[in-house]
Amino acid sequence: MAGSSDLKEIFFVEADELLSALEEGLRAIQTGVQESDTVNAVFRAVHSIKGGAGAFNLKALVGFAHRFETVLDELRSGRLAPEPPLLNALLHASDHLADMVSACRQGLETNAEADERIIMALEAQAGGTGSSADEGFTFEPLPMDGNFGFSFGALPPAGRSVAVHFRPHASAFASGHDPSLLLRDLCGLGEATVEMDMAHLPAAGAFDPGQSYLSWKITLVTQCADRDIRQIFEFIETSCDLLLEDQGDVAGNAPDPVATAPKPAPSLAMPASAPAAGAAVTRPTAPDTRTTVSAPPSAAPTPSTATLTQQATGAATSASSGPRATIRVDIDRVDRLVDILGELVIHQAMLTEAIEQSPGFGSVEVDRSLDQLRQLSRQIQESVMAIRAQPVKPLFDRMHRIVREASMAAGKSCRLVTEGEATEVDKTIIERLADPLTHMIRNSVDHGIEKAERREAAGKPVEGVIRMSAAHRSGRIVLTIQDDGAGIDREKVRQVAIDKGLIAPNAELSPQEIDALLFLPGFSTASQVSSLSGRGVGMDVVRSEITGLGGRVGISSVRGQGTTLTISLPLTLAVLDGMVFEAAGQTLVLPVSTIIETLRPDAAMRHNIGHSDSVLDVRGRCLPLIDVGTALGFRTHLGPGEGEIVVVVERGDDGATALMVDGIRDQRQVVIKGLEANYGQIPGIAAATVLGDGSVALILDPSDLAASVAASVRSPLQLAAE
Amino acid sequence: MRSSGYATDPDIRELVAFRTAGQDFCIDILSVREIRGWSRPALLPHAPSYVQGVINLRGAVVPILDLARRLGLDSIEDTDRNVIIVAAIQSRIVGLLVEAVTDILGVPAAGVQPTPDLASETARNMLRGVVVQDSRLIRLLDVGQLLPQTDDVAA
Repeated sequence: MAGSSDLKEIFFVEADELLSALEEGLRAIQTGVQESDTVNAVFRAVHSIKGGAGAFNLKALVGFAHRFETVLDELRSGRLAPEPPLLNALLHASDHLADMVSACRQGLETNAEADERIIMALEAQAGGTGSSADEGFTFEPLPMDGNFGFSFGALPPAGRSVAVHFRPHASAFASGHDPSLLLRDLCGLGEATVEMDMAHLPAAGAFDPGQSYLSWKITLVTQCADRDIRQIFEFIETSCDLLLEDQGDVAGNAPDPVATAPKPAPSLAMPASAPAAGAAVTRPTAPDTRTTVSAPPSAAPTPSTATLTQQATGAATSASSGPRATIRVDIDRVDRLVDILGELVIHQAMLTEAIEQSPGFGSVEVDRSLDQLRQLSRQIQESVMAIRAQPVKPLFDRMHRIVREASMAAGKSCRLVTEGEATEVDKTIIERLADPLTHMIRNSVDHGIEKAERREAAGKPVEGVIRMSAAHRSGRIVLTIQDDGAGIDREKVRQVAIDKGLIAPNAELSPQEIDALLFLPGFSTASQVSSLSGRGVGMDVVRSEITGLGGRVGISSVRGQGTTLTISLPLTLAVLDGMVFEAAGQTLVLPVSTIIETLRPDAAMRHNIGHSDSVLDVRGRCLPLIDVGTALGFRTHLGPGEGEIVVVVERGDDGATALMVDGIRDQRQVVIKGLEANYGQIPGIAAATVLGDGSVALILDPSDLAASVAASVRSPLQLAAE
Repeated sequence: MRSSGYATDPDIRELVAFRTAGQDFCIDILSVREIRGWSRPALLPHAPSYVQGVINLRGAVVPILDLARRLGLDSIEDTDRNVIIVAAIQSRIVGLLVEAVTDILGVPAAGVQPTPDLASETARNMLRGVVVQDSRLIRLLDVGQLLPQTDDVAA
């Protein structure tokens, strides 16, 4: 049995989805989508959050959502036009609603003052529609004890009053009838007061949930004919007792005492409180048999029945937009699967190695089976990774809000355009990308996009555009954040770096090197520290977080046209395709995705520069040549026959480096084992893995290795070493 | 002063005693996960000299510390008769490379004496006290101090 905390957790998970649907809808309206579906979806999202929050007695949330919903209702009914100021206020309110939900999730109190301020701002935009919203508003969670009752106040004009006595036969449920739906439909015909008679309810011990024991009396004020009322009961007619009793019109005329029962039902038990003819429509009934769901007064202009229909059509639309069977699984279970899979891959490698060394090796059957096993384990791995893979859309959606808030705070006008939202990547990576992306986006708004005047002077549209895109590229995911701002002022960056003592005043730096200065710890070019970015702890943190994920950050910029930040990340943090090689007697692994080519160069291709540096001339392209064994401190010089094979690997900044190794052993899948847990981070090393013979091999991070070698050699940038 | 804390503890402490670089040491049995034979570790670049490398312990990558070097003593002879004491230190798992495990001692709280002042700075920082048993002096290690400090590693 699910505990209330489980249910609450489900509510929060769903609320997250609803919130993102809400924001997405509002954004769509902002871009000019006029479809009523969109507005309805937005309304529904807030409405569902309100309903869920009510069930868990989150009063602040219910109150806020209710008033929010009221304004949305005005929008939906067309009484309010989706003007930009109103949409901004709506977006603001949706952001705040998200904050409130997350506060409630953590069990925190929401800031009542801020709640009030934001909703007031929204209501002010909406033209005071919600002014009466909080008066006498009560929302009572509907207890799920079978005690149904509907009393929809408000509205319809005068009509005649009909007492409908409805009693399903004991076997009515067996044919799938649900009285609550019928009652709901009945309420749609007019103003209804429902009374339930529980007199026939047996003692708990004798209670059979498959039997119907209840009967209802619905007093309906309607303009509909008896025929219309009967139509509602059309399908249940044969398994219920139905009696219509005209009670005259609402003005109080004496009823025409004509009972119009479809068939005389002698067994029909009238509710004990059945009124005498001529009773007033809103005649009070015994309070214990009735729960009142009072429609909020502010929602009065819209009949509550509309809400019900709305939900019905809403369900239909969401069903038509592609029902996909999904399950929610605890992420820990998937992680356990990933762990076991890692062991499987290791042991499969061990088995292969053992068989290859055994005398029986060489038989076709064994070979074929091993091959099958290898393929199967790869398929399992891909499937498991697919479970963990999530589209980046939710992450991107969050960034819209960041842009909104950042541009509001900076007094700029910016728009975020996203592409490739369906690109999938490991869930862990998505989670850990949120902070660095947020920071980069804020940086783009704060430092990238210029103020409106400057944009106009430069002949650009006033509204700045930040483009964020995601795509798969050769086994990695590449994210780019591109702004159409002023670009990097390299002179200024250089000057700041000199002022802060990050580089020597006479240092000669290439444009790329100057751009890279932005990632140094303690660097910030903002002359004034703003609330958003400019604390000088930004980009270096971004870089270390991305590096921690096995990724790389690149920056490029064109003066006057904007800046592009590129993040390249592995698709998964669990397994990678590695090339196993040897250097200085150690077995090491290089990620295959970084390798451009391997070659065995002759002496003529090598050139020494200075006394320790050398470059390799690969078809006219000079690449820095690094001996892996030396760079890692395993040896001080190359012995005979060592370092004769060169692996050309790419670096994060589109450059390449030639790595000298002693021998290449194998290419295989390796399971990534972090070193951080028991040891710590090592420059140039991404992680470790366990090989088929059970020994540990380190996985190199070529760009980091090249960077750490460069940092230890070049003096002006020495301070730049991490 | 944790050593004074033991004086009030009435229970007998169980300690795993071992030998390395000609000296006797012991650590609390509760921090010992297992004792295993030596296997060749993979070297770690840019590591402190007492970090021998990492080994595979049933799928986990565990660093191996040469205890003798860690304590500033001579490095032990590189033979495959050495053993690795796998210990849980705080949240980390590390292997301590020693010459041999000698025995398991049951020592009453009062049996642990404070470290004499004579000891060198390095050694004194890593000791919690000494136990004298059968004319042997056994040094009780403070395992928390053995870990490579973060600045040693992430230089």
